[in-house]
Amino acid sequence: MHVLDVVGRLAFWLLLAPLVPGLINRVKAWVAGRRGPPVLQLYFDLARLWRKSVVLSELASPAFLLLPAVTWVTILAAASLVPLGPWGAFHGFKGDVLLMLYLLGLARFSMAWAAMETGSAFEGMGAAREVSYAVLAEAAMVGAVLALSVNAHSLTLSTMLAPSAGACAALLSAGLFIVLLAENCRVPFDDPNTHLELTMIHEVMVLDHSGPPLAVILHGASIKLLLFSVLLTEAILPMGALSPWAAAGALIGGVLATTILVGLVESLLARFAFRRVPLLLTTAFLFCLFALLIAWNGANA
Amino acid sequence: MAYLNLLIGLSMGLNLLALGSSRLPRLIRAMSAQGVILGMLPLIMQHDLDWQIILLAVATVAGKGVLIPTLLRKAMRTVYISRELEPLIGFVPSILLGAVGAIFALAATEALPLLPGDAQSLLVPAALATMFSGVILLVGRSKAISQVCGYLILENGIYLFGLLLVASMPLTVEAGVLLDLTAGVFIIGIVIDRIQRAFDSLDTRKLTALRE
Repeated sequence: MHVLDVVGRLAFWLLLAPLVPGLINRVKAWVAGRRGPPVLQLYFDLARLWRKSVVLSELASPAFLLLPAVTWVTILAAASLVPLGPWGAFHGFKGDVLLMLYLLGLARFSMAWAAMETGSAFEGMGAAREVSYAVLAEAAMVGAVLALSVNAHSLTLSTMLAPSAGACAALLSAGLFIVLLAENCRVPFDDPNTHLELTMIHEVMVLDHSGPPLAVILHGASIKLLLFSVLLTEAILPMGALSPWAAAGALIGGVLATTILVGLVESLLARFAFRRVPLLLTTAFLFCLFALLIAWNGANA
Repeated sequence: MAYLNLLIGLSMGLNLLALGSSRLPRLIRAMSAQGVILGMLPLIMQHDLDWQIILLAVATVAGKGVLIPTLLRKAMRTVYISRELEPLIGFVPSILLGAVGAIFALAATEALPLLPGDAQSLLVPAALATMFSGVILLVGRSKAISQVCGYLILENGIYLFGLLLVASMPLTVEAGVLLDLTAGVFIIGIVIDRIQRAFDSLDTRKLTALRE
């Protein structure tokens, strides 16, 4: 475990993550024929928020300030477990995929807790919405992880993601892409731009955060988006079979393609009504379930 | 065999799409796409194509893919209905039921004593799963047009079973089935029109209430 290796990895996740939402906005602006915000807009926003002071609710306990940091650290810890193409995993061990899933769950828990700290009924409603979608999205995620681990006969992320997903790649990519959209509150589930009370999910929860805590939350959300794009890319492409340079290119290309696809979905699709969302998430779960069945079939044959 | 299973898997996916769609045009589109896929299957399964097989394929694609959907769309336009609003079995439960049915069909097929050639293909599980989806649509939807679609999907499942015997089954039987189906859809179209005129709605639940 080299110091340079650790620093390089952290730099990848910390510095490149805010680029992803900027690229998505760029694609959206391009489709709509607008000029759009600069690609680096989120970096400017983060710097601006970092300089601002914090407004605290009288009801909020110290946890209100602590929990965004917990969210950020858990997401970063989950991201550090994910192998990065040719560089492999930071410290892969058997069962690290479970740790990643639970770290993401912990991040969501602390996020919902922080939302309820303000004592606003509205934020509690947003937390309830977020968590109830997450129940369905996590079922799909668990299905996808099982399919990958059956496919590779392994519970370690770096070996699970090394071979291509095989016959179930198409099903798995569709399922994981829907999970990516749901987990990161992108368009068919939630509109990151809207500030209309009835439609917000994720945005409701961060409504009363300000200053550095808000910056930390936004940065954590962008790391999560990058994490899921990397995961989606590595699950589908045969990373282990490629030469280091080709794997690096495939990783960057896959993440870029995912970003562009998210931008296109966001430009061409409207938000779904609440009662249609469970249907879409159930579809994602079924995609992953049938991918698992195919993987199982392939393992037995 | 790989292409065959891919197409059959696609038609199993269309079952779930039909179970999950609340808009009637999409339901009809899923059903007709399934009909087209099923119509092309005999062309892939037989290596030596004779005119009977080609005729069967063309008739199936034309009947299930074009003629019947057109009739249904026409019926849909005349009664001004485009959505299934209150299904008896909700969309999420019915899509989950359909998936469970598909998995169960896959598991049950392994227990059946099939010919070695048939055991590798997805034909039998797809037939069972498609028939089950058709039954769910028939039982779980309240609008007459969706029930017709369920009936047609059920028939698609029976057709998949028939494909096992495509080499030995006479063309006349299959043609007769297709003709019956078209006549059935005609009659159902007329019935739908009558229901609409008598009750101002296509909700079949209203048919159970007696009135003067």
